[in-house]
Amino acid sequence: MSPLAFSRRGLIGAASAGFGGLILAGCDRLATAPPLTKFIGSAEGLTYRAQRLLLAGQPLAREFSARDISPVFKSNGTHMPDSDVYQLWLKNSFADWRLAVGGMVRQPLTLSLADLRAMPSRTQITRHDCVEGWSAIGQWQGIPLAHILAVADILPAARFAVFYCADDLDASLDGSGQYYESIDLIDAFHPQTILAFALNGKPLDAAHGAPLRLRVERQLGYKQAKYLMRIALVSRLDAIKGGKGGYWEDRGYEWYAGI
Amino acid sequence: MPTDTALEPTAAPPPAVHPAGREVIYRHTLAVRLTHWINVVAVSLLLMSGLQIFNAHPRLYWGAFGADADKPWLEMAALNPDAAKPVGVLRVAGQQFRTTGVLGVSAAADGSPDVLGFPRWATLPSGRDLATGRRWHFFLAWLFVTNGLAYLIFGLVNGHFRRDLAPAARELRPRHIFTSIVDHIRLKHPVGEEAKRFNILQKFAYLAVVFLILPLMVLTGLTMSPGVDAAVPWLLNLFGGRQSARSLHFITANLIVLFVIVHLVEVVIAGAVNEIRSMITGRYVIRTGNGS
Repeated sequence: MSPLAFSRRGLIGAASAGFGGLILAGCDRLATAPPLTKFIGSAEGLTYRAQRLLLAGQPLAREFSARDISPVFKSNGTHMPDSDVYQLWLKNSFADWRLAVGGMVRQPLTLSLADLRAMPSRTQITRHDCVEGWSAIGQWQGIPLAHILAVADILPAARFAVFYCADDLDASLDGSGQYYESIDLIDAFHPQTILAFALNGKPLDAAHGAPLRLRVERQLGYKQAKYLMRIALVSRLDAIKGGKGGYWEDRGYEWYAGI
Repeated sequence: MPTDTALEPTAAPPPAVHPAGREVIYRHTLAVRLTHWINVVAVSLLLMSGLQIFNAHPRLYWGAFGADADKPWLEMAALNPDAAKPVGVLRVAGQQFRTTGVLGVSAAADGSPDVLGFPRWATLPSGRDLATGRRWHFFLAWLFVTNGLAYLIFGLVNGHFRRDLAPAARELRPRHIFTSIVDHIRLKHPVGEEAKRFNILQKFAYLAVVFLILPLMVLTGLTMSPGVDAAVPWLLNLFGGRQSARSLHFITANLIVLFVIVHLVEVVIAGAVNEIRSMITGRYVIRTGNGS
């Protein structure tokens, strides 16, 4: 091979690599451009409606047997909330912790862990699916959210349940880093939607959301809000924090996480 | 070669016979051409956004569950993630391959080594952005499924499957299949009447992609949805659990890439200009054997 041919080939290679890079960079700018991502994101509405249609009969998520439980249930997101009040709660086994239920309800509630444990509970062995792709199976015990909503007597105008958590996933001064989540009342009244206080037969540990976390089976892991402090019934989500209905939703993830 | 370009097919079917031993046939209907190119865009971007999603957890498992503490059958990782020059590896079925620069560790936007499953040039968008990758993937999935259904309906209604893809009885004889294999190895392409239809290996490949690989892609994808799993629980039984479905989704995506590579190589061997033109205008030039 002559040196000329080699250099010409090298030149063509370099030129096409550069051109390819240019295309890639252009595509990338396009792929993340707000108007386009908004249009692309409109498919979420289609997915939500399609799944609501598929799930109209409120079928249960698969429940597994004790042999199917993951040896280690991976903990993700916050492993230990660093606020002083959480450390105090943890120190006395959450005796001072309360769950507040308010917003569009006739009967606001303030419930201790003992109050909650005295309520009827449901135990279910289900699969937890992280948006990242991994799954873990665990046994959850908790109070059906439907029961708590019935006791609080929600108003007809309420459409969503919003869950406020004790962890700041993103350190911030304005509270925008506080974890929160929301679900519609279809999911809120689903029989497997529970406020769990136990995992695999033991009280929740800090890594898995002690003292209380949401389980909304049929949706991804980031909907399963940990370290619950307050539940608010609301008619709309756009006035709350980033306006998208959740910590990760405010950061670009879908509000409906059934896929 | 000059005859090839001088020949501008203007006649719609019925085919026009040309004196130079060439004949122009109408090979691909508008429905096939349109759905083909929409599919090209959808599948390419689905692949790239799919690699973005894979990168969020570059490990694959068999069964219902699988996370950090469980044993993966495939994994992309860095041997020494905190080192100045981390070594990227692909571990698959107990074997470890050094893949620095491509898998496990590749260049970040500023050129420094980054611990990442697939490299940034292969993902949509490039770099780590799971939220945007998911948006694209699910938008494109709707496009892909809609386009695929349109193709299936057209194929049934206008006879595309029966006429073009269904193998004739004589084509299924082992001797015929064997001859076709030998022809492919010798890069020998049929002329005349034989060139007017897909050969048997081509039919097998297209049938497998249309009726097996692509539907499998959709079904394994749906099985990863916790919502769909509640509505259609038999999908979990069919694929052996959500993590198995994720593994099969990945393997099937690789089969699509393999098909596309072979497909493109065959297009080049068979005559890229003629082949690509036929998928744009529908008209395909065949040698009738008595000319050039």
